Amino acid sequence: MRHHLILRVITKLLVGAIMLFAFYVQFHGDFSPGGGFQAGVIMAVAFILYGLVFSLHDVQQVFPPWLVHKLIALGVLLYAGTGVVSMFLGYGFLDYGAFTPDHPAHGQHYGIFAVELGVGITVTAVMVAIYYAFASRPPRLSDEEW
Amino acid sequence: MSVESTHVAMTLNDHLPILQVLVPLATAPLIVLIGSRRLTWSLAFIASALSFVIAILLLMQVIDGSVISYQIGGWAPPLGIEYRVDATNAFVLFLVTGISTLVLPYARESVKSEIPARHHTLFYAAFMLCLTGLLGVAITGDAFNVFVFLEISSLATYVLIAQGSYRDKRALTAAYDYLIMGTIGATFFVIGLGMLYMATGTLNMADLADRIADQGANRTVRAAFAFIVVGMGLKIAIYPLHLWLPRAYTFAPSAVTVFLAATATKVAIYVLLRFTFSIFQPAFMFEVNTLEFIILPFAILAMFAASFIAIFQSDFKRMLAYSSIAQIGYMLLGISLLTDTGLTAAIAHLFNHGITKATLFMGVGILVLRSGGSFYNRIQGMGKTMPWTSAAIVIGGLSLIGVPGTAGFISKWVLVEATIEKGWWPISILIVLSSLLAVIYVWRVIEVLYLKAPLAGTNYKEAPLTMLIPMWILALACIYFGFATDVTLTASRAAAQGLLAGSAGMM
Repeated sequence: MRHHLILRVITKLLVGAIMLFAFYVQFHGDFSPGGGFQAGVIMAVAFILYGLVFSLHDVQQVFPPWLVHKLIALGVLLYAGTGVVSMFLGYGFLDYGAFTPDHPAHGQHYGIFAVELGVGITVTAVMVAIYYAFASRPPRLSDEEW
Repeated sequence: MSVESTHVAMTLNDHLPILQVLVPLATAPLIVLIGSRRLTWSLAFIASALSFVIAILLLMQVIDGSVISYQIGGWAPPLGIEYRVDATNAFVLFLVTGISTLVLPYARESVKSEIPARHHTLFYAAFMLCLTGLLGVAITGDAFNVFVFLEISSLATYVLIAQGSYRDKRALTAAYDYLIMGTIGATFFVIGLGMLYMATGTLNMADLADRIADQGANRTVRAAFAFIVVGMGLKIAIYPLHLWLPRAYTFAPSAVTVFLAATATKVAIYVLLRFTFSIFQPAFMFEVNTLEFIILPFAILAMFAASFIAIFQSDFKRMLAYSSIAQIGYMLLGISLLTDTGLTAAIAHLFNHGITKATLFMGVGILVLRSGGSFYNRIQGMGKTMPWTSAAIVIGGLSLIGVPGTAGFISKWVLVEATIEKGWWPISILIVLSSLLAVIYVWRVIEVLYLKAPLAGTNYKEAPLTMLIPMWILALACIYFGFATDVTLTASRAAAQGLLAGSAGMM
């Protein structure tokens, strides 16, 4: 059974482009509108679209739920870890100046880069996790369960 | 750029304020990332113990009235986020981390029996996030940051309460109720902050205090104050805003109830103190009126109404939840007196009630572990089969009443002293009368535990040591702080004086 041929083909074409745009928003965020939050949502859209058009099963083979949960945590750790590294360099928590003491402006750049990457990863994973949670909702509770 | 050459590397000691929050915050994702059921409890416990050590180190540094300030990201305070530790919040940090470090060993057995194993990693991660949020609220010197951490702790709390659904499905509706009420509270709070920001253009607490003092009160500032008091009132469970509390405490897993009862409302009261005394001036007429004519009557109403309801409960855990609302009344009464002694009483009661309620809720948790329920007809006669648990419950109960020689007596004594000092002796009588109501509801429990025959065919074993030891540490603390009064009262008085000094205490 191959319904919705056009939808499937277009989706396959679009998913790559959406992801590319997500990376653009993520890494170009300091010159143009964007950043981790927006990029994360756009990246999640690629997976959600794939899941809507194909099936939950298909998208979960690409991006399994256990990985989604780990990535939620990983992004937060990346953010906090950036702060910890700056602490080990003898500066305050999340003081990005620590990364290039000779030229603090560059340090700010690297710091925000790492932090936003963490935000992007977590937002992507959270959005996908919410989609999984709704899409794979088990049937309503039966009376006996109460 | 010549700043770097003069940069002095910060030491571990300088980083203590941020580590206080960072340790549990980083542990939560670490637990999820490692995902090992065997390691998860140990990680959580190590993080909590480390936070406790940090809290003690901080308290030792500020007990003499000095203030520690830490800037996040190297941005100087009025613009950047600042963490600010003084005697008041160091005391709260000490209480929160201390309770969490005692609750975790207790939680191990209790969680095993109440929550399926596959959820354990996420449970402890949520617990760590809740701890992070509470510590963050207490330590931060930035008003908006308070809101952010408040949301972290609240969201984690909703999840933790809902975990009780494996024992009783009503935990889900209880968590949902709290979610709605808590969100309304947080919204009101942030509306208040928005108004303050509009009126002053700053969010740093010390800076806010200065600007409000300079420009005086106007309608925006008054509205902001009202929104903040109502928003926090929902979190504190001030009497008419308390509806979420009994259900949330009753249906949450035992360990969660212990932790929340001893810390969450206390942190919310701390925020109220911070806003009423440090940010707004106590001399601010509108505030005096609010406290005297709104908070004070409701506090007294809470002392009686909630105690009455507690008397007629048939579920031990629910009874304690109502008694918590009554006890919050005492703290608010102390605050609304607006005197040095009154505030000292409120802060001392915050601590003493924290350890008292933690003892009692731990006792209920153990009874639930063995008997499967906390209804009086379920736990009757357990005083004979579980003597250690029941004895600790009795000590907690005595402290709840305020019997001399227990922690509860000290704070109530100071509270009575404060009302007499102010010349409001009818209120002193009301305090004593409402304590008599506590005698009735505590006596009912003692009667059920000791004087009724155990249920036929039941022979419960005494609780495991991992649960008994934390409970007894708290029970003995109830007695210890009933005699070694200078410890709590000195710290409370230092905190009260710092708060009453107004913004001067913040600068």
